[in-house]
Amino acid sequence: MVKSELVREICKENPHLYERDIENIVSAIINEITVALCQLERVELRGFGVFSVKERTARTGRNPRTGDAVEVEKKYIPFFRVGKELSQRLNKN
Amino acid sequence: MGEKSVTRASLSHAVYKEVGLSRKESASLVEQFLEKVISRLEEGETVKLSLFGSFVVRKKRARVGRNPKTGEEVTITPRRVLVFKPSNMLRKRVNSVISRGIAASDRDRDESGSPFEG
Repeated sequence: MVKSELVREICKENPHLYERDIENIVSAIINEITVALCQLERVELRGFGVFSVKERTARTGRNPRTGDAVEVEKKYIPFFRVGKELSQRLNKN
Repeated sequence: MGEKSVTRASLSHAVYKEVGLSRKESASLVEQFLEKVISRLEEGETVKLSLFGSFVVRKKRARVGRNPKTGEEVTITPRRVLVFKPSNMLRKRVNSVISRGIAASDRDRDESGSPFEG
């Protein structure tokens, strides 16, 4: 499923709203999560999971082809851990 | 790492500001969003949200594991796990100091709004 399908499905349940509004709503939700992650904040959604940002420390890596040492800077990785309830729902059958 | 944690209430508040809906309806739309995503994942389908990332359900076969505490061998039953693959856009934004600055100023403006309840 992609975003447009998600928008259409939510539309079906809310005939009083414009598709345009639902699009904006879906984007607002995604944007709110993105903004929080950019600030290195956690996003906890009960029954779904937790989004967080993990820090990878700077290290000396190697170019696998040439074997040259390269400095890898500290970086941040967006991370998602599935919630217990969702995990159970995925394994119901 | 961030000490504050963003929750459903923050998402509902974001929706509330976006369209002129009641707080109750905004909260309901956040629920609908999550529920739609979950029901597709339950079908084993991948959910792709452009510019954000995709949720992929992976099937794990049964395997023999070991209880790390007792050393006892146990069979781990086949199961489905959920993996989130962040989009390149999200990876970049999380690493960008500039986007962090913009995010911070966005958030400052938000603080004027009353906290969302129910």
